[in-house]
Amino acid sequence: MEVDSLYQELILDHYKRPHGRGLREPFGAEVHHVNPTCGDEITLRVDLSDDDVVRDVSYDGQGCSISQASASILYEQVVGQSRKDAEGILAAFLELMHGRGQVEPNEEILGDAIAFAGVAKYPARVKCALLSWLAWEDAVLRIRAERNGSNG
Amino acid sequence: MSLTVADGRLDVSSLRHDFPILGRTVRNGNPLVYLDSGATSQKPVQVLDAEREFYEKHNAAVHRGAHLLAEEATDAYEASRSTIAAFIGASADEIVFTKNATEALNLVAFAFGTATALWEHGSGPGPDEDRFVLRPGDEIAVTEFEHHANLVPWQELCRRTGAVLRVITITEGGRLDSASLAAVICERTRVVAFTHQSNVLGTVLPVDQVVAAARAVGALVVLDACQSVPHQKVNVAELGVDLLAFSGHKMLGPTGIGVLWGRNSLLNSMPPFLTGGSMIETVWQYESTFAMAPQRFEAGVPMAAQAVGLAAACDYLESVGLDRITNHEQELTALALAELGAIPGLRVLGPTDTDARGGAVAFTVDGIHPHDVGQLLDDRGIAVRVGHHCAWPLHRRLDAVASTRASFYLYNEASEVHALADGVRAAIKYFGAS
Repeated sequence: MEVDSLYQELILDHYKRPHGRGLREPFGAEVHHVNPTCGDEITLRVDLSDDDVVRDVSYDGQGCSISQASASILYEQVVGQSRKDAEGILAAFLELMHGRGQVEPNEEILGDAIAFAGVAKYPARVKCALLSWLAWEDAVLRIRAERNGSNG
Repeated sequence: MSLTVADGRLDVSSLRHDFPILGRTVRNGNPLVYLDSGATSQKPVQVLDAEREFYEKHNAAVHRGAHLLAEEATDAYEASRSTIAAFIGASADEIVFTKNATEALNLVAFAFGTATALWEHGSGPGPDEDRFVLRPGDEIAVTEFEHHANLVPWQELCRRTGAVLRVITITEGGRLDSASLAAVICERTRVVAFTHQSNVLGTVLPVDQVVAAARAVGALVVLDACQSVPHQKVNVAELGVDLLAFSGHKMLGPTGIGVLWGRNSLLNSMPPFLTGGSMIETVWQYESTFAMAPQRFEAGVPMAAQAVGLAAACDYLESVGLDRITNHEQELTALALAELGAIPGLRVLGPTDTDARGGAVAFTVDGIHPHDVGQLLDDRGIAVRVGHHCAWPLHRRLDAVASTRASFYLYNEASEVHALADGVRAAIKYFGAS
C-alpha cells in the first residue's frame, strides 16, 4: 500500500509507545499549540540549562498517529543536545516536511525523524508532523526572550 | 433525461455518467469513492456546460453597460435568480447572491451590528431598521449543532454590541433538547439562528417547533439550510423562517455563490453589508443612499457565471426529483448506520436511525484517530472528511476530539457504503486497535 510510506514502522512504534510523554518539572516555558483544522493539541514544556542545553522536553496532548509519534521522536532527538544543534535538527525537519517529497533527508542530522520523510508527500498531514516541533521552537523562543528581558 | 428506473427509484449508474470526476481513479489506481458531499458536491456536465456557454457566448459585466452582451449577461443572471428562487418556493426579489453561505450569514449578523451602531450614534436607523437594533440585555440564541459559520458571526456580533449569546443544547441521542429550547428562548431573545440539518450528525431539526418558540417572543429566525436545500425539498413559504442561507457548491453548483433568502420587505429593512458599486441609489461626495434589495446587498460586479451554473444545478436536481434524492440518501444512510454500527469499537455520532436524519454519518473508532482512519480510507480511494467539520463545540459536547464523516448524495451507491465499512475494518486491523 502507498500509505505504508507514511506509516513507517518506527512511527507506529512511537505512536503506540511514546517516549518522554507527560508533563514534568522543571521547565523554562510551557506552550499550548493546536491544529485548528482537526482540533489536535499539544501542551509542551522545555527545560533549557543556563549553558543552553536542552535538558528536557515534556508534553501531553491528543492527536493522530503522526502528531503523537512526532512529539515522541522530537523528545528523542533534541533532549541532551545543545540548543544550536537542536535548532539544526528542527531546520532540517522543517525543510524535509516542506519538501513535498523532493528533499533528500539527512539521516545524520535527523536521526529517527527521517521516518517522517513519507509524510511530506501528504501535504494535509505535514501540519500533524510539525505540531510538536513548532511548539518546541515557540517554547525555546519564549525562554530566550525571557532571559534577554531579565538581562536587559 | 431518464434518471429513474421503473419503480421510481434513482437510476444511479446512469446519472453517474453526468459526473465526469466520478470516473477517475485516485490513489493506488483505485476508483474514486466520493463520500464527502457534505463538504462540497461534485458537478454534472449540465452545470459545467451552462457556465462554459455563458462565458463563450454571453459574458459581460452584469447590470452595467447597454451593449448587447451586457443585456444578455444581465438577463442570464436575473433569469438564474428566478430559477433559484422557484427552487425554494420564493420569488426573485427575495434572493440575494453572496459568495457563499458563510457570507450570507455574516450579512445578517452585520445588519444587526450596523443597525445597532447607527442607533448608538444617533444617526438612525430608520423605523424599518429598528428590528435589527440590539439593546442592552438582548439575547441571540443558537444551538449546539451549529457549524462555525452560524456560530462565530453571532459570537462576534455579541462582542461588538454587548448582546448575550445563549445556546440551546442537544440530547444524548443527538436531537434538539426541547426543554432547553423552552428555557433559552425568552422575551430578551431577538434572534434564533440554527441549522436545518446538522452537517455532522445528520439530525434534521424541528423547524416548526423552533419557529413557534421564536414567534412567541417576536424573535427573528435565521436558518442555515446548507445541508437541507441540496438534499430535500425546501419551501420557504412552508418553513416560516425569516431568513435562510445556503451555498451553491454543496448542491451540484459552482463554488463562489451562496444565497440569502428573505422576504423583500425584511431585506429592505436591513442596512447594507458590503458597500460600493451596484448597491447604491444615489451617491454624493459625503453620503449615499442605497438600492432596494436584492441589489442593495450585491456590491461590485456579481458572479454571473456561477449564478447560471447554480440555476442549471437547480434544474438538474428538479429533473431528478428532490423526493427521490431524499429517499435514495435515506437508503444509503440506513445501510451505513447498519454496517458501521456493526463494527466493534465504532461509535456513530448522533441519531442511529433514519428518522428525521440526513445523509451525514460521522463516527469515531476506539484507539484510532480520525486522521488515521481517513488516511487508510484515502489509500483505498475513499474520500471522507476528517476533523471537527467546522463544528468544534459540537464535538466537545460529544466528547470527541474529532470524527470521520461520510456524507452521501444522489450519485452514491450501496457498493460505496460497503467499501467504506470494509475500509474502516481494514484501518482497525492496520493500527492494531482492539
